[in-house]
Amino acid sequence: MIKVLFFARIRDQIGLSELTTELPEDVHDLSDFTRALIQANPSFEPALTERNVLTAVNQEMASPSTTIEDGDEIAYFPPVTGG
Amino acid sequence: MAIHIQIQHDDFDLNAEYQRLRRENPQAGAVVTFTGLVRDFNADGKVSGIVLEHYSGMTEKTLQRIADEAVTRWQVDGVTIIHRVGELSGAEQIVLVGIASRHRSESFSAAAFIMDFLKTEAPFWKLERSPEGEQWVDAKLSDQRARERW
Repeated sequence: MIKVLFFARIRDQIGLSELTTELPEDVHDLSDFTRALIQANPSFEPALTERNVLTAVNQEMASPSTTIEDGDEIAYFPPVTGG
Repeated sequence: MAIHIQIQHDDFDLNAEYQRLRRENPQAGAVVTFTGLVRDFNADGKVSGIVLEHYSGMTEKTLQRIADEAVTRWQVDGVTIIHRVGELSGAEQIVLVGIASRHRSESFSAAAFIMDFLKTEAPFWKLERSPEGEQWVDAKLSDQRARERW
């Protein structure tokens, strides 16, 4: 299973803070996973394809080429604004 | 070498944190503290308060990594980072960075470095509330530039 988290503006756009999903077949990296997630949930597309969306895998900043494995925690969020 | 990192909703006591840095670092000749506050205005007008959201777990890891990097760059003896989350009103305290070191320049540099990286890498997000409604704060280019100087 993959745990997917959404934060801040992206959570508001998607309407969910978290979901779990099976690791889809033929998903090797984060760009594959995002594509499969949008295919299964077409309403997520505007939020997840926004220019500024950031990603983390297992709580470390990730890129589209980051490898995905079963059991990973994947997060999508906008640029950070703390402090 | 003690690093204290704390994420909490409750307010913090600046003097208590300052005294702890003194007590735990008797060899220090300097303590620098930075406190970030909730502004009561933004570019669009009055702000009545904010909601601070964070990614629990990743936030702590990110702050620890930033603090670890600071102590490898400068000879500092104690680091405290406290960041509040949840609903905060105008003028409340948001964040504290405190550094103890032998000499002042290390403390000044480490505190500025930690704040510049906290603002651009630690997963916190601000939602501003005003009489007109709520809006997510956009990341600022000036914060990215501030980080690039390191």
